[in-house]
Amino acid sequence: MQARVTLERDLSAIRQDVLRLGGMVEQAIDRCIEALKRLDVGMAREIIAFDEEINRMRYQIEEACLETIATQQPMASDLRAIIAAMFCATNLERMGDHAKSIAKLTIEMADEPLLKPLIDIPRMAQIAKEMLRQVLEAYVEHDPEKARAAVARDDEVDALDEQVYRELITYMMQDPRTIFRATRLLWISHNLERIADRVTNIAERVIFMVTGELQELN
Amino acid sequence: MEEIVLETQNLTVYYNGRPAIEGISLRIPRRRITAIIGPSGCGKSTLLRCFNRMNDLIPSARVTGRVLFEGVDLYGPDVDVVEVRRRIGMVFQKPNPFPKSIYENVAFGPRIQGIRDRRKLDEIVERCLRAAALWDEVKDKLHQNALTLSGGQQQRLCIARALATEPEVLLMDEPASALDPIATMKIEDLMRELAREYTIVIVTHNMQQAARVSDYTAFMLAGEDRVGRLIEFGPTQQIFTRPRDRRTEDYITGRFG
Repeated sequence: MQARVTLERDLSAIRQDVLRLGGMVEQAIDRCIEALKRLDVGMAREIIAFDEEINRMRYQIEEACLETIATQQPMASDLRAIIAAMFCATNLERMGDHAKSIAKLTIEMADEPLLKPLIDIPRMAQIAKEMLRQVLEAYVEHDPEKARAAVARDDEVDALDEQVYRELITYMMQDPRTIFRATRLLWISHNLERIADRVTNIAERVIFMVTGELQELN
Repeated sequence: MEEIVLETQNLTVYYNGRPAIEGISLRIPRRRITAIIGPSGCGKSTLLRCFNRMNDLIPSARVTGRVLFEGVDLYGPDVDVVEVRRRIGMVFQKPNPFPKSIYENVAFGPRIQGIRDRRKLDEIVERCLRAAALWDEVKDKLHQNALTLSGGQQQRLCIARALATEPEVLLMDEPASALDPIATMKIEDLMRELAREYTIVIVTHNMQQAARVSDYTAFMLAGEDRVGRLIEFGPTQQIFTRPRDRRTEDYITGRFG
């Protein structure tokens, strides 16, 4: 088989950049939960600044995809790989936005001690991160089964989100003075739930890239 | 379901006793553009020529299997080859206008069919030149020699000439490969326009062109034995985004060795 050297090189660079972006988002998720646990405003500000880099990387990937389409006229699996990469980059960037939102909420809450010791929220973040890692592996390995497996854990995140909601409602009913902090924790929980949802979006594109079938998971 | 105009059933063409294409079964839908693609030597032009019995002109050629046009076997004993070629016109790679006036090029076929009435001929010439998107460019110089036209104009004149016998099908063998990009785009736009009334089968080695212009795509490939076979046929959109056969994928993505 005769290789298309330039196209292969472009595709490989795009794939590497998507993985790099995935790594950056993973780091943002990790750090925003760390900042939250410690109510560390400085760290939260760093995450907000880091989001700019995530955005830049996303645009870099989009531009590389556009350029490859324009100059290489990719077809079939090559075209699907590029479309999947663009879609993954968009979704990863939005995951980064959710981490940034969590950092902003952390800054808002930092004047008072935490409402309660955090158990479920870090757990949600951990699962979401694992899902993200797994779907990125599926992306590199062209493995639709692994993509499906990553999505399977979305239910765990949803259940935890529900649990956090019920618990915080209880706090707010008992003592209205907790409302400010409780609603912010609710939003944080919701941001984590959205991050996990975006893993599903990426998984759908991994499956599309490999099989050519666009199907909705969940 | 698409209505089928042309159909080959297990078609094999031999040149000098050796098969060039083998076992081709393909259905061409009405008022659609079907592209036949594949690497050089895969037999695309051989297949195209079967659709209006152009292979008859090659003495060593022999055909087995069937080619049905509107359900009738084109190679049947009672078939009038001249009538076949009137109803299934052809446009070639290099524009080949007659060294006559623009008008006479288009009027040539109708005259042979016995149309003498000047008004009727004028009407046909104008209608066909309009259909070929050439009228506005040549209406003031209809009696100028066709060879003074540009390559792209000459090719559109050949299309107008093919339309003059009121065919149902237009076969096009690399109709734009000798033209510059602008003239190529004009031909492609014209093909889309013509597909409202005519069935078009185009052979092209320009994959992008097949992707741009056709509704259906057939991919042919010659194996180690140098015999061309149909590998995959399907809607163009499917062939170019998710081909089913590995060999189609390799060709479409440019990884064909």
